[in-house]
Amino acid sequence: MNVAARVPEAGPPEAGRPEAGRPARRRARVNVPTVTLAHGGGGKAMRDLIDDVFLGAFDEHGLAPLEDQARLSLEGGLAPGERLALTTDSYVVDPLFFPGGDIGRLAVYGTVNDLAVGGATPLYLTCSAIIEEGLAVDTLRRVARSMAEAATLCGVRIVTGDTKVVPRGACDKLYLNTAGVGVLRTGISLGVDAARPGDRVLVNGVLGDHGAAILNARGDMALSSPIESDCAPLHGLIAGLLAAVPTVRFMRDLTRGGLATVLNEAAEASAVGIEIDEAATPIREEVNGFCDILGFDPLYLANEGRIACVVPEEDAEVALAALRAHEHGAGAAIIGRITERPAGRVVMRTRFGGRRIVDMLVGDQLPRIC
Amino acid sequence: MCLGVPGRIVAISDRENALGVVEIAGVRREVNLICVIGDGRSADDCIGEWVLVHVGFAMSRLDEAEAAATLRLLAELGEIETGSTEAGSAPPSAAGAAGSGP
Amino acid sequence: MKYVDEFRDPDKARALLREIEKSVARIDTCRHRPLALMEVCGGHTHTIFKFGIETMLPDAIELVHGPGCPVCVLPIGRVDDCVALAETPGVILATFGDAMRVPGSKKSLMQARADGADVRMVYSPLDALRLARDNPDREVVFFGLGFETTMPSTALTVLQAEREGIGNFSLYCNHITIIPTIKAILDSPDVELDGFIGPGHVSMVIGARPYRFIAERYRRPLVIAGFEPLDVLQSVWMVLKQIEQGRCEIENQYGRIVPDDGNRAALEAVERVFELREQFEWRGLGSIDRSGVRVRSAYARYDAERRFAVPSLRIADPEACQCGEVLRGAIKPRHCKVFGTACTPETPLGALMVSSEGACAAYYRYGDLDRIPAEGAPA
Repeated sequence: MNVAARVPEAGPPEAGRPEAGRPARRRARVNVPTVTLAHGGGGKAMRDLIDDVFLGAFDEHGLAPLEDQARLSLEGGLAPGERLALTTDSYVVDPLFFPGGDIGRLAVYGTVNDLAVGGATPLYLTCSAIIEEGLAVDTLRRVARSMAEAATLCGVRIVTGDTKVVPRGACDKLYLNTAGVGVLRTGISLGVDAARPGDRVLVNGVLGDHGAAILNARGDMALSSPIESDCAPLHGLIAGLLAAVPTVRFMRDLTRGGLATVLNEAAEASAVGIEIDEAATPIREEVNGFCDILGFDPLYLANEGRIACVVPEEDAEVALAALRAHEHGAGAAIIGRITERPAGRVVMRTRFGGRRIVDMLVGDQLPRIC
Repeated sequence: MCLGVPGRIVAISDRENALGVVEIAGVRREVNLICVIGDGRSADDCIGEWVLVHVGFAMSRLDEAEAAATLRLLAELGEIETGSTEAGSAPPSAAGAAGSGP
Repeated sequence: MKYVDEFRDPDKARALLREIEKSVARIDTCRHRPLALMEVCGGHTHTIFKFGIETMLPDAIELVHGPGCPVCVLPIGRVDDCVALAETPGVILATFGDAMRVPGSKKSLMQARADGADVRMVYSPLDALRLARDNPDREVVFFGLGFETTMPSTALTVLQAEREGIGNFSLYCNHITIIPTIKAILDSPDVELDGFIGPGHVSMVIGARPYRFIAERYRRPLVIAGFEPLDVLQSVWMVLKQIEQGRCEIENQYGRIVPDDGNRAALEAVERVFELREQFEWRGLGSIDRSGVRVRSAYARYDAERRFAVPSLRIADPEACQCGEVLRGAIKPRHCKVFGTACTPETPLGALMVSSEGACAAYYRYGDLDRIPAEGAPA
């Protein structure tokens, strides 16, 4: 079932702005410890779950009447040339809570970041949850609260959602999907095909923390380390960068597949070469150690609070300063440049003095012994 | 073949089964120490030692003096290069080499 | 990282490269053809590509990437057996990640898992033993593979299982030995190798002595090498020095890890648990005498081949495959008929495209940078 909270202060009058003084609706509570299939049945149990867990977190004052859709309006409307940006992403992570974050934070930041890297200002999110029966209701409450906090931090509102409960084994604890809407202001044109020879490549901090933290938290390899996820919202950092350097050519968050994958996509789409300098590429010692143990390459590890951007050569220093001025960009660095050849390929100049190609991976990195 | 990483033994976790904790760049893992304890020593004697770790086993004790000798040799090579015009054809007898000729 | 970063120092690399250049200039052979040095071990192949060492060495030195990737040389029939074990009801198959994508005749372990087999990736055989301890109602089979480096760890794990009386753990043994393989390569007629970069981690177990025949009988120099890039460069230089001075010796560059006599505790464990097979099949190289081990009968209850019925079929390598020639150094990966066309990392046909350490996969992934002109000055 799909439930949408109307957005009173954002909606037009006819969309049902609550009358002044109308008492907040009383929220139901779930009184059992775990989610069962009954909570997905469309009846009162489901209504209680939504009330307790999701509305309890996303609409704490209980002002919004429930509808099947969110009704939104944009303050001042869209100016000529402005466009809407829309994105969606699903979040599947094991464990649900990990050092430095949790699935709820990931689901908000990830979608906010997907809007922001296109130059859009994020406004509204949806939240859809697929829950495995047997999940603790408290776990779900924690995740929802975490999403609410993350949304507040990002200045976005979660305005509609859906829940499904599936039998044990049909999913792994909890899957989330969030879609996001934002406004793309005029004068910003970013594209994966826009990199030009001479441009510089920047990242906003150390790479691979998230991927290493998750693998570590999963415990399969019985390793322990102090590495925490880099999971963070980047809309502020990106707004600052675009204000300082409106000429940014391309930007992408470095999630699955890491830096290597994003740079390969850019090299291919722009038909240019990209040369990165290993010595300039920031990677934490613990992440390098972690990778050395398992035979991984940190360039392919996932990040959840990192972007790469390509800017014209003459703007590189200004871009670097703009990134470093933000809390999530303190570790920013210029790591490479765009070259004419080899078109479509990424080359790394190794710290040791050699050169090698940084290719796309076929699948996941697997731990290796040889 | 045979990924191995140097790490330092920081604790003994199970004396009976000779298991200890090795730290590699801040990352820790329990490893089996049987191959590095050696004659007349106990697991506790290994604490603080550097070992080479392969698939959860400490496979060899790292000889710190040998490591230093290899690096010194390479450093001297750099100095000879920059310090004189002719390095001479005789190689510095390979320190770090066991010199086990046939 | 201590004992890692120091051995990646670019200044020392430059000094070594100057020495290597000088040595090359003094070796007559280099005027007619490049010197072919084989790094036997896949770990070295990995280091060479990861740090771009081939792009730094003079053209007069050609590195030949040898057979030392235990995943690459696993024959199709053994992979099929492993898939059959994984698909046996009640079995948890524990494996190193390396083996997940190796294609059998019908499927890989990765595909078997997708089809419902319980396949778990582990970092250590001890983790497989833990799986057995934690799942007493299941049979845990560990896919043991690797050269002498890895053999002691599985032997010690079998001994640990015996000590703890764990009855639901067994080993599907595919361990192989390096010495007969080097010998087989030296005996093949189409091979012209001038020297060897010896496998450092195998040597920390077996020591330096077993290589003597290479110097004495085959008159080739071998330098046991570490796995950091300076180790590899220094070893190349040491081999060149031998060639230059007309010496053929077994030298040890990796003295910080490799004792001359190897590791006694490790060898004792191997000796207790394993015995040589008369012969073992290698993907790409065919059958090589006394090149593999099996579990001794005293430990039969830990031997998956005895406990389970495995098909044990011999399946020929794909015909188009030229892995054997690449492994022996007779041709370069790019000269193989199917390289990059029928055989890619997505759809590996041959052994060497399978593991990231296989020479072909390394060429494909890290590229033949020699053929891509460098552009401009360093960033």
